[in-house]
Amino acid sequence: MREVAIIGVGMTKFGELWGQGIRDVFAEAALKAIEDAGVDKIDSLYVGCMSSGLYAYQEHLGSVCADYIGQKGIPAARVESACASGGTSVRAAFMEVASGMSDIVMAGGVEKMWDVEDGTFVLATASDQEYEAYSGVTFPGLYAMMARAYMEKYKLTREELAQVPIKNHKHAVHNPNAQYPFELDLKGVLSSSMVADPLRLMDCSPITDGAAAVILCPLDKAKKYTKHPVKIRAVGAATGPIALHDHVDMTKLDAVRIAGERAYKMAQLKPNDISFVEVHDCFSIAEVIVAEELGFFKYGKAGKAIANGEATYGSKIVINPSGGLKAKGHPVGATGVAQIIECVEQLSGKAGKRQVKNAKYGMAQNMGGSGGSCVVHILEAV
Amino acid sequence: MAISPRYTREIPHRYRLEAQQFECGAVTLPNRYICPDNCCKKSKKITLKGKGKILTYTIIYIASDQYTRATPFAVAVIETEEGARLTAQVVDCNFDDLKIGAKVELIFRKIMEEGASGIINYGYKAILV
Ligand SMILES: [Zn+2]
Repeated sequence: MREVAIIGVGMTKFGELWGQGIRDVFAEAALKAIEDAGVDKIDSLYVGCMSSGLYAYQEHLGSVCADYIGQKGIPAARVESACASGGTSVRAAFMEVASGMSDIVMAGGVEKMWDVEDGTFVLATASDQEYEAYSGVTFPGLYAMMARAYMEKYKLTREELAQVPIKNHKHAVHNPNAQYPFELDLKGVLSSSMVADPLRLMDCSPITDGAAAVILCPLDKAKKYTKHPVKIRAVGAATGPIALHDHVDMTKLDAVRIAGERAYKMAQLKPNDISFVEVHDCFSIAEVIVAEELGFFKYGKAGKAIANGEATYGSKIVINPSGGLKAKGHPVGATGVAQIIECVEQLSGKAGKRQVKNAKYGMAQNMGGSGGSCVVHILEAV
Repeated sequence: MAISPRYTREIPHRYRLEAQQFECGAVTLPNRYICPDNCCKKSKKITLKGKGKILTYTIIYIASDQYTRATPFAVAVIETEEGARLTAQVVDCNFDDLKIGAKVELIFRKIMEEGASGIINYGYKAILV
């Protein structure tokens, strides 16, 4: 297997992009990545997207996206794994370069979420449609049930859980692409409207339009394109039960643990080696459980540790320096790719006021559904 | 959206709580060709008695359009006495009486009206006992 590096990145601002349709949003990010990498031609394209059909009535994204970025003729396909579609797109591109099949491959991701009215319905299609969504449960509802189980089992308070979005909003202040780059206080969380008890609006990642793209090539050719290539040291992916009710323990996310173990094994690294991690904080409770499954904190400890300031600048691990899904925004299919971009910016020393000092290894964890799928990448400064 | 064929084929599970019990003991609803732990394939049909307990729950305030008229409503993950796991609304209760471990019974109820034609969809919901 060949070693693989990232040589260019591009993304749109995350937010409400009323003037752009799905093809425009994707093209903006992709063309920025092509310019950043300094390549004029790519060999192959993957587009991560959860539901262009339901959100934009447009399937067949491989063709749409290749056509609108001036790359007609190349092989291109959409990959889907609900909210983990972006990470899955990067993994597919990684495999294509590592295998020797192609040299210059783009992994993109896009979601155009503001154009539909009933987005709650679309998101619920990432759960078991017939046996979860049919009951009326929503996506926030599934994570609310995890939060309820976790808070009761480990005596995590509502105020402590609120510190997750508060911390992420603080990080996002310095992110020019963030949807909500402003600080949030405790009162702001606890007085926001109830979505699914005990989760309030400020526990939930927002509805976002946006796209992100990265360009991969073999590591031994990367220096030709950039002074600061970032190596994809490892990738681990896993699936879990589609339905939350089939999780043996409602306070765990097995797919995250398994994907993490695979990534650590491939990288020959341990949680201690990682300086920062972009985690999939679709809901506040998700960041807590994921931080435990990835080995950064013991079971039952992450919620209190994050509330204690042990996941921000100056601590052993910085969680979500970008602001996370909550504050940066969560255009579902683009999220996993944008996480990789944050890792690249951090590891090449281009993160500005968000810079994590002396970072050698960064991690990105992207998750689908209520833990039905997960992709974990470990990146390395070279 | 026309989901009628999708709806009718789930009727045995949703109306009559028909489930299956695998050789290893796993009880599942709906049917699977292989047990969730991938250890056995042989199973027999069983009918759930409809008694169980709440493993966790939430109260939904923001729902998808089809369920908006019912908000706020409670939803729980329930484990039945036979060991099957399912997700269902908990109805006719004070939200304050909901707790993890509370005993429930599944009952036959209207779930929603589907699409523009308003076909009435039924299924199971739970009540506290
Ligand atoms: Zn079995």
